[in-house]
Amino acid sequence: MPLDLSIATGSAAPIYRQIADQICRAVATGQLVSGEQMPSVRALAELLVINPNTVARTYADLIREGVLEAQKGKGVFVARRRAVFTKTERLRRLDAVLEALVNEGIHLGFSPQELCEALERKLEQLIPSSDKGAKP
Amino acid sequence: MSDYAIQTEHLTRYFGAKRVVYDLNLSVPHGSIFGFLGRNGSGKTTTLRMVLGLLAPTWGTSRVLGHDSQQLPPQVRARLGYLAEGHPVHGWMRVKDAQAYQSRFYPKWNRDMFNTVLEFFRVDPKTRARHMSRGERAGLCLAMTLAPEPDLLILDDPAIGLDPVARRSLLESMVYATRKADRTIIFSSHLLADIERMADHIAVLDYSIMRAQCSLETFRSCVQQFVLRFEDKPPQLPPIRGVIQCIPQQNTLRLTLVNVTQETRAALQRLGAISIDEVPISLEDAFVSYLGGSLQTVRLPQLTQEAQLAGGVR
Repeated sequence: MPLDLSIATGSAAPIYRQIADQICRAVATGQLVSGEQMPSVRALAELLVINPNTVARTYADLIREGVLEAQKGKGVFVARRRAVFTKTERLRRLDAVLEALVNEGIHLGFSPQELCEALERKLEQLIPSSDKGAKP
Repeated sequence: MSDYAIQTEHLTRYFGAKRVVYDLNLSVPHGSIFGFLGRNGSGKTTTLRMVLGLLAPTWGTSRVLGHDSQQLPPQVRARLGYLAEGHPVHGWMRVKDAQAYQSRFYPKWNRDMFNTVLEFFRVDPKTRARHMSRGERAGLCLAMTLAPEPDLLILDDPAIGLDPVARRSLLESMVYATRKADRTIIFSSHLLADIERMADHIAVLDYSIMRAQCSLETFRSCVQQFVLRFEDKPPQLPPIRGVIQCIPQQNTLRLTLVNVTQETRAALQRLGAISIDEVPISLEDAFVSYLGGSLQTVRLPQLTQEAQLAGGVR
């Protein structure tokens, strides 16, 4: 499936963050599968009409985080394994987003019950049941 | 060879008694896409003209591609591409006349580059320049600037007067121009969206003085916005270093700050707010706050090359 990336200027998120988030999301939802080749820095820069250094920066960040991997002379690919973070680090990162989610949810007046249901619906939507339990 | 495509020291220019550029130390790294920002009349065009050697400084020096701007040999001039403000063209020329004329001045002339840029702007080669739309004229000018394959491209407000489609063509041409590795581009602009897409480094000029020069990312991380929530009416704000904008509302204070340090955070804590939240801020808002009305009341810290990075990163 061709990767559908887009950016918005005037947003509070810098462009390199926007692209990184979309790629991470595509990997998380299976739209990008491991081993898949990413567009070249130049191709993506020309497609999105942005500074090639920004794309290079995004790729470098994602390679460091283990989402992508560079193969010498061949290009950038979606990484095979994602075991770059220790268990503790993964838990810490998860905790940070969970905290934001719960805070925001409670603030908007949802009950804990409703939040759980919303989370389940989202999981079902993003990761269809057939994939559940599959180790990343 | 120096690491900078352009480097000026104490560059200053007066027109009569009027100070136009003052004590400017501009450093444009090789291979960067450098956004030159500032309000109208802040001295951007004058700076670029001095860099190109078209205008002598009152004092100070400028070097471009390692050579003194005031004594550029023709071989170095041939490596500079300059798009003057307002897309000037010779009205009677058709595209092919313009190409035939311009190409004689340069040792290199890349016809593919010339044609590609014209295609980006959808210029019909048979039109005479004087009958071209603003966008088409911009395309012709840019094609003529890029065809000699300059190592340094100086674009003075290239987006001026362009409609959104032509603006996109301009940006596409700029990205295309970076295909040549190590080409440096400096462009002045008022369009923050274009700066955001294209620039990796920026300089901000204000009333003839440089107010910031750093990577775009540093600028963004150094300007932060906080919302402080209070039980009641917010208190009168005591002087806090780095506050550049303060908007009081019913029971909140919205503060924009530069170079937030531990000290600043402690000062914010002491205001007795119920909550202090950092809110994300767009480049445009950051820029407007940075150059906005508070100029007279607050002395701004100078953002310098990466120096303040540690204090500003979230």
